[in-house]
Amino acid sequence: MTIIDKPADVPAPRSGGEKSGRLLDVKDLHVEFHTRDGVVKAVNGVNYSVDAGETLAVLGESGSGKSVTAQAIMGILDMPPGKIPQGEIVFRGQDMLKMSNEERRKVRGRKIAMIFQDALSSLNPVLSVGYQLGEMFRVHEGMSRKQSKAKAVELMDRVKIPAAKERVNDYPHQFSGGMRQRIMIAMALALEPDLIIADEPTTALDVTVQAQVMDLLAELQREYNMGLILITHDLGVVADVADKIAVMYAGRIVETAPVHELYKRPAHPYTRGLLDSIPRLDQKGSELYAIKGLPPNLLKIPSGCAFNPRCPKAQDICRTEVPPLVPVTERDGTDLAGRGSACHFWKETIHG
Amino acid sequence: MAEVPKNDEPTDATPNVSEVETVDAETPEEAVAAIEAPVERGEPILQVRNLVKHFPLTQGVIVKRQIGAVKAVDGISFDLYQGETLGIVGESGCGKSTVAKLLMTLEQATAGEVFYKGQDITKLSGRALKAVRRNIQMVFQDPYTSLNPRMTVGDIIGEPFEIHPEVAPKGSRRQKVQDLLDVVGLNPEYINRYPHQFSGGQRQRIGIARGLALNPEIIICDEPVSALDVSVQAQVINLMEKLQDEFNLSYLFIAHDLSIVRHISDRVGVMYLGKMAEIGSDEQIYDHPTHPYTQALLSAVPVPDPEAREGRERIILTGDVPSPANPPSGCRFRTRCWKAQDKCAQEVPLLAIPERFVDQDTPAAHESACHFAEEKDVVHAA
Repeated sequence: MTIIDKPADVPAPRSGGEKSGRLLDVKDLHVEFHTRDGVVKAVNGVNYSVDAGETLAVLGESGSGKSVTAQAIMGILDMPPGKIPQGEIVFRGQDMLKMSNEERRKVRGRKIAMIFQDALSSLNPVLSVGYQLGEMFRVHEGMSRKQSKAKAVELMDRVKIPAAKERVNDYPHQFSGGMRQRIMIAMALALEPDLIIADEPTTALDVTVQAQVMDLLAELQREYNMGLILITHDLGVVADVADKIAVMYAGRIVETAPVHELYKRPAHPYTRGLLDSIPRLDQKGSELYAIKGLPPNLLKIPSGCAFNPRCPKAQDICRTEVPPLVPVTERDGTDLAGRGSACHFWKETIHG
Repeated sequence: MAEVPKNDEPTDATPNVSEVETVDAETPEEAVAAIEAPVERGEPILQVRNLVKHFPLTQGVIVKRQIGAVKAVDGISFDLYQGETLGIVGESGCGKSTVAKLLMTLEQATAGEVFYKGQDITKLSGRALKAVRRNIQMVFQDPYTSLNPRMTVGDIIGEPFEIHPEVAPKGSRRQKVQDLLDVVGLNPEYINRYPHQFSGGQRQRIGIARGLALNPEIIICDEPVSALDVSVQAQVINLMEKLQDEFNLSYLFIAHDLSIVRHISDRVGVMYLGKMAEIGSDEQIYDHPTHPYTQALLSAVPVPDPEAREGRERIILTGDVPSPANPPSGCRFRTRCWKAQDKCAQEVPLLAIPERFVDQDTPAAHESACHFAEEKDVVHAA
């Protein structure tokens, strides 16, 4: 049946809960790839944290390093050519980069799980979805085939796949795009992890199906009080589900803010440009604002602020000094919780 | 040969389309002359009438039996006026790209007509068809696969001149290609580069330059910006609007992103399972939608503004689009519609101005194929 939810019952508890606390802390993470053409600096000092029950959205264009950061957290980065020269990834007080492979395998899937963008290429086409879902239980919990299949049916029910019992032996190509994405979500949820990383979970889906999948994800997150890192380039999706946002550009975080604040008063020219460049559904403008130029080549990131060649506000200082991520305050100096901007001229950007 | 399946469904009583003034050309010369004739701004340039495309489903290896058909496009009609942009939106599998291919005569229509300046292009051949093809060009979705990686940019943009040498005489081609590069905002010195040396946004500009090469009157854009980054999307959209004014082009803009379609379109048509569900001006469709599918589609679009979002009503459809090989009886949307009644399963709703709005002077009075059409603003916050 079609559900029409009225605005009145939309604001549901998003964060908070008994099992709260800091889950993940990424500190000064650097990732580089050594290629024939030189060193590609994909991530250049990223800091962020996620609490239980909280949704952090990482926003950025292709090549901004958002997915590479996620892969480093999951420990699925191809090394070599990838390399993590410095940084810490602290999960529940332990630095995962110092763990042995064996220890990391125990965390991966059980504590931190990932949902990938393209469900069709992430699922194995020659194995039934029931077998693939059950693999989590067989490998991590040592269940038998029969037990794991029963668990798989249970999971498919959880993510609202109709007729789960009959469909458990079907293959990925027999499912529609939205259903496949649900299977990916089911797989990530299997062992009830503390943290889920969703890398563009709805990009390949139609808008009506996208709304279904995002709703499901938000509902399950509330139920299990999980932390969620949502990686996306879609400013609309972020506005719907995130608690806080980190905007990435050329491997660095250029702005962090709670979701409402970011859309109301962006404190970085890049964020402002992004917001101005998307057409609106509820109004028709004449010409779109366009950020000039192209995203930088990661082989040779511009000196100083990486955004300076495209920035309308750029001055000499922007071309020489890398702006640190500084806390953003009100005009009178009062703190704005959770806000930061890596721009020399954040004051002018936010306060007009 | 498989038998051409008859479209036994009633055709739309489409008041949105004007009378077709057909041109009866006796000789190919007359046909070409009619095609070259200019069209006034605001006059219909392309008129589509009950267009149908069924892809046969066959069984058997040697003796092929037709066991059914995928009804990709099942009787749609619309007009494209000179100088306007008509947006076509819908979910994947609703037939929007098949419409594009039919208009380009890349696919043969099963039934129906497409009139370009009064001539039915589905029945043209030879010189007349070549003249039509010169005037209808296409910009494709994926700039990574629609450019040949072994050809230089100059060869890619100049290739249309090989087929239509009358547009640019041999000596002037290089200059013409450089002018085109300049028009789409690329450095004319890049003429000898290869596609892999460009970024996605730049490649799409190359694709647009190729579309412009033959001075067409209509450009069909099939998802031209969906593969691009947000910051680059705006650049390409602005370029397309600029070119439209400069060369007096008509666009058929196919996309699934409703915000972009609203931005660029003068009129918008919403497709569902091979049929047009609703069509009207951008204000009529976005601010006064009357078809439940349009309402659901609009309410599902994530709005990049948390405060506006919280005041909005959301309609979340369940399930997926049914298979076009076996569409539901009656109204095709009824299996996912919250208003569906017995009538919807029996009678196919026609695309017409809903009876209740016929005599009213409201923006809700536009064509909508629903038995229970009702106005509902889902875009603006309550």
